[in-house]
Amino acid sequence: MAAPTLSPAAWTPDQPIVQLIDVHKSFGSFEVLKGVSFDVKKGEVICIIGPSGSGKSTLIRCINALVPVSSGAIRVENIEVADPKLDKLALRRKVGMVFQQYNLFPHKTALQNVMMAPVHVLGQDKREVEERARALLQKVRLSGKENSYPGELSGGQQQRVAIARSLAMRPDVMLFDEVTAALDPETVKEVLVTIRELAEEGMTCLLVTHEMNFARDIADHIYFTDRGVIVEHGPPATFFTAASDPRTREFLSQVL
Amino acid sequence: MSAEPKTGAPLAVLLPFKVEATRLSAPRLAPVHAALFGAGLALLAGTAWAQSGAAQLSPLEVIVKWAPLLLSGFVFNILISMVAMSLGTAAGLGLGLAMLAQNPLLSRIAWALTQFFRNAPWLVLLFFVMFLVPFQVTIFGVRIPLPDWAKATVGFSLPVMANVAEIVRGAVRSVPSTQWEAADSLAFTPRQIMWRIILPQCVKRMLPPWMNLYALVAMATVQASIVGVSEMLTLTAQVHTAEGGRPELFAPLYGFALLCFFLYCYPIDRFTARLERRFQIR
Repeated sequence: MAAPTLSPAAWTPDQPIVQLIDVHKSFGSFEVLKGVSFDVKKGEVICIIGPSGSGKSTLIRCINALVPVSSGAIRVENIEVADPKLDKLALRRKVGMVFQQYNLFPHKTALQNVMMAPVHVLGQDKREVEERARALLQKVRLSGKENSYPGELSGGQQQRVAIARSLAMRPDVMLFDEVTAALDPETVKEVLVTIRELAEEGMTCLLVTHEMNFARDIADHIYFTDRGVIVEHGPPATFFTAASDPRTREFLSQVL
Repeated sequence: MSAEPKTGAPLAVLLPFKVEATRLSAPRLAPVHAALFGAGLALLAGTAWAQSGAAQLSPLEVIVKWAPLLLSGFVFNILISMVAMSLGTAAGLGLGLAMLAQNPLLSRIAWALTQFFRNAPWLVLLFFVMFLVPFQVTIFGVRIPLPDWAKATVGFSLPVMANVAEIVRGAVRSVPSTQWEAADSLAFTPRQIMWRIILPQCVKRMLPPWMNLYALVAMATVQASIVGVSEMLTLTAQVHTAEGGRPELFAPLYGFALLCFFLYCYPIDRFTARLERRFQIR
């Protein structure tokens, strides 16, 4: 494990809220991540792009410990994610995650989906949580759908419920794992609008995405991964126009 | 189904309304069958009576005379089946969850127990419990008698437990792993995930096989007669003896027992089938 560069107890908002140092991850003999390092400052929006199988999803899953790292260090605020004694629950209260397939709980209504974690995990007052959950559903433009079950909602609506569900935990960082990849083109926009509003409010966001135009609009910094390493990164203005790495240029020429 | 190759009719599988026709070719049991069965029994009883002397009670009169006793035996069967099902379900839920446990030792032991009790004949398990469990136990000086029926109930609950464990395990496994991931990322503890998120989703999947199992248990309770529990079959045999063991009473008396079980289990079977269909559509 890399030597810690800052004392965990002393995190202050001017330091990186998420920090990755030389992260490696192998599944059996297959090395998915071959040493990834980057910092995310509070309020920043980071987009991770790259070809399929380049380890983007694995990378983002390492940050909330859904996937344990093989070596290297990840720090979220003052929590050492790669620590074997990691308090996973404390980490996951800080880090929200939205998935490609929404993964709503099908036996609960939209409102219940949003309310469950704050009530049962954080033990917050049910009435107060319900008020907040309704406000969150309104924020993602789903007023009137409180009592609908996930099966009765469109993909875009389900994904927005999933975002509200994650926000109900009041996370400091949000992870988005290809959240529009499973959606119809018409509904992609409504989800992107929601994420944009979130970013504009100052939420720290890490997105794995294939929406290049959206990344260009929204990101403060873009990382391009290929075969388990970051081969190119920079703010969108220079990244899309002046990429120096040939693989990045080839990828961009294919998708833009 | 008439094939019309020239017009290029679509395949039958694409035409659900046509597939309906195959339903008729494979008839399922319907209430009318029970009525026919009952009528057959009455006929049988009638002919049997015609052959016997007029001095004796007719088979129908015998059944009417003894019906209260026989039905009380049937109620006992139902009681045994319900208690066995409750005990077995509670134990099976625990065993099923133990099979899914992270601890490899626990899950291995639970798996072995499940396999053992699932693959043993129910009657053998019944004997096993009847003869290995004492007729009374003394706890803190209090003597608690264990009547035969209680032991038989435990005997039936063992295979129920193993089958329920398998139902639970299969249902939990059938929930997509993404549900665990989503709940994980919301900071639910593993226990909360299981009880609040996974198991509630499983109830729908578990209900039809569970009800099927119940119908099997209800029918299996007659095996308790072999170990001397006074349930319906035992009483039927006793009634037959009390009526002089007349051979022509055999079919009507046991037919009556058959009818009782059919009338009890058939609606369960229908209801299960309906549930299954409804859940498939979802």
